[in-house]
Amino acid sequence: MTQPFRLPGVGRLDAGKPLAFTFDGKSYTGREGDTLASALLANGVHLVGRSFKYHRPRGFLSAGPEEPNALVGIHRDAARKTPNVRATVQELYDGLAAVSQNRWPSLAFDIGAISDLNAPLFSAGFYYKTFKWPRAAWDRLYEPAIRRAAGLGNAPDKPDPDHYANRFAHCDVLVIGAGPAGLAAALAACETGARVILADEQPVPGGRLRFEADARIEGKSGWDWAEETVARLAARDNVRVLTRTTGFGYYAQNMIGLVERVTDHLANPDPNAPRERLWQVRAKRVVLATGAIERHMVFPDNDRPGIMLASSARTYLNHFGVAVGNRIAVYAAEDSAYAAAIDLKKHGVGIAAIIDSRAAPESPAVEEARALGIDVLAGHAVIGTDGRLRVRRVHVAPISGGPHREFQVDALLTSSGWTPAVHLFSQSRGKLAFDEATQRFLPGLYVQDAVSVGSCNGTFDLASSVNEAFDAGAKVAKEAGFRKPRARQMEASSGTPWSIGMAGASPGVEPGTSKMAFVDFQNDVTAKDIRQAVREGMRSIEHVKRFTTTGMATDQGKTSNLHGLAIASQMLGKPIPEVGLTTFRPPYTPVTFGALVGHSRGRLFEPTRRTPTHDWAKAQGAVFEDVGQWKRARYFPQVGEDMHAAVARESRTVRETAGIFDASTLGKIEVVGPDAARFMELMYTNPWAKLGVGRCRYGIMLREDGFIYDDGVVGRIAEDRFHVTTTTGGAPRVLHHMEDYLQTEFPDLKVWLTSTSEQWAVIAVQGPRSREIIAPFVEGIDISDEAMPHMSVREGRVCGVPARLFRISFTGERGFEINVPADYGLSVWKSIWAEGQKHGACAYGTETMHVLRAEKGFIIVGQETDGTVTPDDAGLSWAIGRKKADFVGIRGLRRPDLVAEGRKQLVGLKTVDPQIVLDEGAQIVADPDQPVPMKMIGHVTSSYWSSNCGRSIALALIENGRARMGERLYVPMPDEMVEAEVTSTIFFDEKGERLHG
Amino acid sequence: MLLIHCPYCEEERPEAEFRHAGEAHIARPQNIAEISDEEFERYFFIRSNPKGLVFERWRHIHGCARFFNAARDTVSDRFLKTYKAGEPKPALDGEG
Ligand SMILES: [Zn+2]
Repeated sequence: MTQPFRLPGVGRLDAGKPLAFTFDGKSYTGREGDTLASALLANGVHLVGRSFKYHRPRGFLSAGPEEPNALVGIHRDAARKTPNVRATVQELYDGLAAVSQNRWPSLAFDIGAISDLNAPLFSAGFYYKTFKWPRAAWDRLYEPAIRRAAGLGNAPDKPDPDHYANRFAHCDVLVIGAGPAGLAAALAACETGARVILADEQPVPGGRLRFEADARIEGKSGWDWAEETVARLAARDNVRVLTRTTGFGYYAQNMIGLVERVTDHLANPDPNAPRERLWQVRAKRVVLATGAIERHMVFPDNDRPGIMLASSARTYLNHFGVAVGNRIAVYAAEDSAYAAAIDLKKHGVGIAAIIDSRAAPESPAVEEARALGIDVLAGHAVIGTDGRLRVRRVHVAPISGGPHREFQVDALLTSSGWTPAVHLFSQSRGKLAFDEATQRFLPGLYVQDAVSVGSCNGTFDLASSVNEAFDAGAKVAKEAGFRKPRARQMEASSGTPWSIGMAGASPGVEPGTSKMAFVDFQNDVTAKDIRQAVREGMRSIEHVKRFTTTGMATDQGKTSNLHGLAIASQMLGKPIPEVGLTTFRPPYTPVTFGALVGHSRGRLFEPTRRTPTHDWAKAQGAVFEDVGQWKRARYFPQVGEDMHAAVARESRTVRETAGIFDASTLGKIEVVGPDAARFMELMYTNPWAKLGVGRCRYGIMLREDGFIYDDGVVGRIAEDRFHVTTTTGGAPRVLHHMEDYLQTEFPDLKVWLTSTSEQWAVIAVQGPRSREIIAPFVEGIDISDEAMPHMSVREGRVCGVPARLFRISFTGERGFEINVPADYGLSVWKSIWAEGQKHGACAYGTETMHVLRAEKGFIIVGQETDGTVTPDDAGLSWAIGRKKADFVGIRGLRRPDLVAEGRKQLVGLKTVDPQIVLDEGAQIVADPDQPVPMKMIGHVTSSYWSSNCGRSIALALIENGRARMGERLYVPMPDEMVEAEVTSTIFFDEKGERLHG
Repeated sequence: MLLIHCPYCEEERPEAEFRHAGEAHIARPQNIAEISDEEFERYFFIRSNPKGLVFERWRHIHGCARFFNAARDTVSDRFLKTYKAGEPKPALDGEG
């Protein structure tokens, strides 16, 4: 017989809609509307997982998102294998395939359960104590053992093929939770005309009305009222109802993160539909109607499959039509659990007994249970359970002492009371207040424009709850600028009121007991662990939490936190509020990375910037590298060449004939205005006032602390106009830095700054033949050495296109940089390239550019400098205008540490064996024979093979480097100690004669 | 994400359009070249970092690109006021 525990005619699911599914490969059927949990329970399956540390068999604790135990993998296809899915949340679809986790070889026989015997090994604080030394044992012994033993599901090993949507929304009133309170609040708010968003994590709104079959609202059954109300709300244009949507984060200024699960419940999702949708909602007012979460009882062996929360058993019965057993006991410390026994009994399910830890419970529920012939054992406690893979027997004893009794059962329902779900309130930075009378944390001081209603506000009584919510909905709509609706009294009632209950260990689980009474199921934390933490000196709940890991699993202790707190408080002899409550942080329930990332992945993760010659370079077979967001051609290999060979050829060719290089990624800023020169004087260390129009200068920009911030060549285009270049990727921060000073420190200067990085394509032509190569294309500029010497700039035309032509060199050769509007970059490049080929020129990439500049000792900011290097350290003190009264960094440069002896200075390094190329970043020592740890006196900043020098070359920052010329130093490498000589930073053409042709 | 009122655009815009720029009302000394090490330390390195009311600089970098000042409570993250660069520090009390 299929679904033997589905009761005919019970529940709200349609018997005519069967769905097939598998669990660990075995086939079952369920019904449309089932969760995986309800469908398994209908088939009598309780064992679904193994616990995290001890591998104890576990079943379903709950029927909702608070579930700590029933985590499974859902496998749709090879790429869609979602681990750690709560079976109580996963909706059933036809063909669903679920697998159990954290067990080997099988769920029923798990070898890891042996660690149950080694429980002392995993006791509280084991992370900190057990596995400290010896260090090597971590890698070989402890970590692999822990990883095998402790764990959740396996992450999928393929890229996520789904996509995730992202929506921003604004509303007047956002209502989170569509139980009776949320529905009443939304109803009141929407009637004023306010724009309302109502979100609920379940597929069908209704909240507690799912299980409270005896609830009545406005003369109807509670469930019917909820369905009608949702339909009314959804029909209005000023209301958006979002189901399967969890409010997971409450951020500043009433911004709420919601995640909507769009396709996880579908058998055949539309491939174009997003799997999930992130909603970022900005609400004028937020109504929190997040309900309450039932707590279990903390008694010995309270974790066997078949032991679950009382209200959850009611949900399975009244909503899903499933009896969670044939003979069931209830263990409670409050009244609402009685309703579970009563409902089950009325549907013919055997109730073994209700065990109530209260001495003399009195309420209509108790009387009704007794009237139905249920054995109510007041003043009793459950002192143990049996059953390897499912609870089989319950041991009961009077709390005041007396003979033990046993009950044969196949399920045990527990409830110690209800914890208001104040998570979002707390995330909103609201202050919680502990209510001594009812032993609950309730919303206290609000800091955002929010209101809590219903059971999350501590209002458990149904009638009070809906009326409180209706009034609050009306009030917040008015605060959001709408007319208040007519006051209205809503009629509501439910059969069994929720009473106060208790928190902490149940009677019989006193200090000193060795029995395992679980507080936190997901992290396997027992009452004993919490007591041990206190005994070992933990005083605050934050410490207890970290020491025991209670509440730190993926369920964040929704069912367990208050128990843990109560046990610690009892041990410490301090009231609960003095022990503290751990902070609630987003997300309320786990959120996929996909939902948070949305479309920002792969090519859309960040912009890709390409230069005008990108496609040309690609067609030439260039190998690219990422430089910030830019794609830059690194080298242009010819047939059979590796990078080494290509770079050797390119760098020789530039010095022998010429090379052509795309320098378009250089940052460019146009500094314009009558005070442009004065502004430049302040921004750069160099003097600018006397720089002639048509001349260029290498500029250094400092931060106020005196360290190098950026550098670049600047050309004076006119008296009031400078063409500033910055490092690739440096332009945004340099412009920000300039704007900061211009706007806030020197606002009287008449200067305008414009970013022109993308406006100019820059074609560098470098080498002895550079002038011949560009000559045919240049109009209106005399490019002879006499008319246009090194470090000059002219405006004219190149290939008929308006151009700024610079005579500058980052290679040490005669060189030009042609700036043309970016849209003409490719066509000008092609003309230059065609001409260059006649002269034997090559195209070269960033790698050759680096080698050539290093041969000349030119620094790259960010490679030779790291934010702690001064111009003098870098050998650039000549670039500081000594007569200047002010520039940014002038005072910083005089700080004691910056003028002290012994600073690291930039020098060259030549390895004694010229074939050895040092590693960039390698440390340098003076004495190779000193004991480890050695004194490091510097490091290698740049290192290359230089085909032009026929040897390796390196730049390094070394203590007192310039005083060490000729000295032999040592570079310890993993397999050898490399000897190197300190030299000048210039390795090629020391006199700089080649610049001038 | 915070909403920030730009005093130049006169609009409340999302935080992603802005860039934080450190503590406000720290003027660069006119005679910076002459100040002592202690004065330089106070100007460049020392910041108040209070719990509660702070005066800080923001730049509407993906909007009008202007720098402006804001008074914000670091406990509630609430902006009490934003105002243009160069305007005097407003007399405000924190939210406590
Ligand atoms: Zn603005």
